[in-house]
Amino acid sequence: MTIFLNKDNKVIVQGITGGEGSKHTARMLAAGTQVVGGVNARKAGTTVLHKDKDGNDVELPVFASVTEAIEATGADVSIAFVPPAFTKDAVVEAIDAEIPLLVIITEGVPVQDSAEFWAYAKEKGGLTRIIGPNCPGIISPGESLVGITPANITGKGPIGLVSKSGTLTYQMMYELRDLGFSTAIGIGGDPVIGTTHIDALAAFEADPETKAIVMIGEIGGDAEERAADFIKANVTKPVVGYVAGFTAPEGKTMGHAGAIVSGSAGTAQAKKEALEAAGVKVGKTPSETARLLREVYEALSA
Amino acid sequence: MDLYEYQARDLFEKYGVPVLPGIVADTPEDVRAAAEKLGGVVVVKAQVKTGGRGKAGGVKVAKNPDEAEEAAKAILGLDIKGHVVKRVMVAGGARIAQEFYFSVLLDRANRSYLSLTSVEGGMEIEQLAVEKPEALARIEVDPGTGISPEKAREIAVAANFPAELVDKVADVFVKLYDVYTGEDATLVEVNPLILSEDGEVIALDGKVTLDENAEFRHAGHALLEDKAAADPLEAKAKELDLNYVKLDGEVGIIGNGAGLVMSTLDVVAYAGENHGGVKPANFLDIGGGASAEVMANGLSIILGDEQVKSVFVNVFGGITACDQVAKGIVGALAELGHEANKPLVVRLDGNNVAEGRRILEEAAHPLVTLADNMDQGADKAAELANAA
Repeated sequence: MTIFLNKDNKVIVQGITGGEGSKHTARMLAAGTQVVGGVNARKAGTTVLHKDKDGNDVELPVFASVTEAIEATGADVSIAFVPPAFTKDAVVEAIDAEIPLLVIITEGVPVQDSAEFWAYAKEKGGLTRIIGPNCPGIISPGESLVGITPANITGKGPIGLVSKSGTLTYQMMYELRDLGFSTAIGIGGDPVIGTTHIDALAAFEADPETKAIVMIGEIGGDAEERAADFIKANVTKPVVGYVAGFTAPEGKTMGHAGAIVSGSAGTAQAKKEALEAAGVKVGKTPSETARLLREVYEALSA
Repeated sequence: MDLYEYQARDLFEKYGVPVLPGIVADTPEDVRAAAEKLGGVVVVKAQVKTGGRGKAGGVKVAKNPDEAEEAAKAILGLDIKGHVVKRVMVAGGARIAQEFYFSVLLDRANRSYLSLTSVEGGMEIEQLAVEKPEALARIEVDPGTGISPEKAREIAVAANFPAELVDKVADVFVKLYDVYTGEDATLVEVNPLILSEDGEVIALDGKVTLDENAEFRHAGHALLEDKAAADPLEAKAKELDLNYVKLDGEVGIIGNGAGLVMSTLDVVAYAGENHGGVKPANFLDIGGGASAEVMANGLSIILGDEQVKSVFVNVFGGITACDQVAKGIVGALAELGHEANKPLVVRLDGNNVAEGRRILEEAAHPLVTLADNMDQGADKAAELANAA
């Protein structure tokens, strides 16, 4: 099994006619994702032409709204490639349409916009699972890709991965490409995000095909510490961790808006210690983390 | 972006938060002039982005312009926790009857906002939270509904303000929340918020942090940036639209993706332990599209750092294919010519890696060494930096 996303999901793209939206629609189709249409109010009624994974032409309809797109196609997943200034509106539209899963790729969303749409999603009953913003999205290798993760790094397998970082997700999938992944989910590097480490850990714990979990964190906030508490209380599967940013100085934002050490809060060392106290083996480097994962995985089958 | 106190004061004034008059000055003469203009007792306050300036001698009361000038001489040039004072604010004096604390900030853990309020102000909030947690009212603020007048009164009551003051401070809380949302802040803090002997509630000192992601809808925010205080390489990188942070080390780092670059810094620092203690010189994320131009810009920034002895390029080709990255490196080196004078270790993996390596091998640039993986590349770059 996979978590949150499988081959049966029907996907629409908010911002399908834009540069990024168009490029990644093509890549998602090539990865086998069932992309069924897109949204752009100004281009409603038109279509965009792409190729499916077998190289056949597919003509995707462009709708005026997410609600219309769902009615016409039965879509249950949306992915937003919308500039930061319009992201909140796009998210609110998706929440109003009660789409079950929304992935927000956009980087640079003002954090108050994220806080507001999160409050709105809660008020509406939490019917929409939000992943992101500022994330690479989600991939269930061999089944579906809703995001920008390269689909050809590795295939289906027993490992679950949850990460704040895009390229570290790719790196870790590459390191463990012989094992493969049930689902790899990039939750994003912003201070306010939808799906958290804990949400993904809970889902991997419940998924019978996921045998071991890799969790990648980075400096800033206390999400890793809270994940450590959650693991201690709720996760029986082996978890291996990695935290980036041990050498990051205080007060400097390291690329991601959320990646900042403020005072003694948010350091990589504190996160590592919290995870280790919860019984999670933490690698010093991505390669060591991969080695630790191999060890715990091999111990399972021994 | 953290603001200086005087910038926070100006924003407060813009939103109708009661503040004292304040004039910024960079020389003792200007401080004298400001004190003359304000008249009466003034306070000369160091403008630094760090706490504890009172204890460090960065805040002085002056009864007249002579004293203000003397205070300025003592404060300007003062080193407060590594921040050298270049500017002071001359503020009007106030007779303080009581000191309070108020802040509203982003609450990452709860994906919400939080207001912290206390009738015991003046103390550092971290200290108050530890020593007198019961005196600190922590009230969640729903980002959807914010601090309405009702919510503000709820906060004031929770913080144990006397009944006759509730409406008065609540009005200030609403206005401070207007600053928070109106300016896309992640923190608005007033410490102390005072009750003057005349019965006025005044924000005496303010700290504001603005969200840089929201700069696109605040034309004025770019002007608040202290360009003179910025590192010159960071300033140049910003002009080139590069995500660069200067650090104190010898191995220049270029990578794609914030997480991978952070990880590269760590791996290089570990490798440095075996090579004379060399450290990463910078954070530089060139993002997904590593074109020749972006690579050249990145390399020129890093090679402009005199501390840099070697460079480690660590790229995982995801969306960008490695052959494009390799072409970027070859093109950048050609473009930079003699400017490129330090050894480069390149690690490529992922999308189209074979072609990428072939391009670099064929170019056979004398400065470029190819690494098989991240650990090996970090080790080689550290070794080269230590040998230089």
